[in-house]
Amino acid sequence: MNLETVLRIILLILLIVCAISVNVTRTLLQSVIIFMAYSSVSCIIWILMESPDLAITEAAVGAGVSGVLFLLTLRKIREEDAKGLDEEEGG
Amino acid sequence: MKKKVAEKVEKKSLKGQDNKKNGDVLKNRFLRWLDGEFDAAADIMETDETPYSNREEIKKSMAEIRQDLKKDDRTGRLEAAEKKHYYRIYNVVAVISAILLIGTLLFVISFLPRFGRENPESTEVVRRYVEKGMEETGAVNIVAGMILDYRAFDTLGESHVLFTALICVMILLRLDTKNQRRQFEDYYRTTSMHFHDISNEAIMRNVGMVLIPCIFLFGVYVLLNGQNGPGGGFSGGAVMGGGLIIFSSAFGFDTADRFFTAKLSAWITFAALAFYSFAKGYVFFTGANGLDNHIPKGTPGAILSGGMILPLDIAVGLVVACTMYGFYSLFRRGNIGGA
Repeated sequence: MNLETVLRIILLILLIVCAISVNVTRTLLQSVIIFMAYSSVSCIIWILMESPDLAITEAAVGAGVSGVLFLLTLRKIREEDAKGLDEEEGG
Repeated sequence: MKKKVAEKVEKKSLKGQDNKKNGDVLKNRFLRWLDGEFDAAADIMETDETPYSNREEIKKSMAEIRQDLKKDDRTGRLEAAEKKHYYRIYNVVAVISAILLIGTLLFVISFLPRFGRENPESTEVVRRYVEKGMEETGAVNIVAGMILDYRAFDTLGESHVLFTALICVMILLRLDTKNQRRQFEDYYRTTSMHFHDISNEAIMRNVGMVLIPCIFLFGVYVLLNGQNGPGGGFSGGAVMGGGLIIFSSAFGFDTADRFFTAKLSAWITFAALAFYSFAKGYVFFTGANGLDNHIPKGTPGAILSGGMILPLDIAVGLVVACTMYGFYSLFRRGNIGGA
């Protein structure tokens, strides 16, 4: 086994671990971060499979923009929660 | 009421600091920082005060907005009564056109070749693309030649899908005057109390000053070299959209609104999609079946090569960049800006 095969196997295992742990983690914030890590790992795999244009798109959209959108949604949910608390406590 | 809650939050955070002095402090620090309860740089660094001081102005303008809303409601009721009849016809027409569309699509699908069988669509076409792609399209990157020359209408559909997605997000998340007033209140309440706003923070600003030009250069490079190397319209546009997002979160929406408004975004998207449709329509109807279409192919490998691939790439990239930034802006504050 040469080095590249070992790297590939490690990356694929990482991919599976990420995919499972997204569902297992308790908080949504952790899930979003792991989802972004999943995208970064699959970006490296695309480069190894010689499709760099997919890798660029994966890095920009998968790890970047969609992760940011998820985080913004989480923030919105927290804002709503905070508002609810205000109304209950402060009247 | 606001003061009460602020005191409560302070008490909570103080309690938390006392109780969890060990490993839990570090663990919860990040979460609490995310909630805005805890400011890591409170005593170390000077930060700009959030615009909470001009509370009186905000109250005044909110009262004006409320008065406007009362007027709006009266006229709105009258209009609704007038339009009731119209909406009934509208519903019937919508249902009929939906049924017609579904019928047409099902009818067309029945003519598609079966999936996975031996047929010319899945064997001969691929060979032709691989063998003669560079010669016929003038693009070194065969993927670009395929998606922007042979199958350019697919890419046109994809661009329209993105545009439609942006419109849908706008319908769901865009704030009208009524919600804008509520958002106005909430914004100054939440940002000043619960949440720490990252825009105009020293770290973001300084890192952004170094990074943003590089990101934009890379995006333009990827966009313009779509026919010669990896990349192309979608990737380059996504990178540029990411750059815009970083810019607006580092320097604040006010700075970004100076050059990128909803109007500009709409014009760019419209111009790009219209140009794409007309250009590709022209090439398709004049250049298919071996006819001459007067557009030089150029030498493969140069930047100006590949016939219509480069302009089409730029059009797709502009649409994607506007869509990415529009998503972010709509998710963050409910409009694209400059309205």
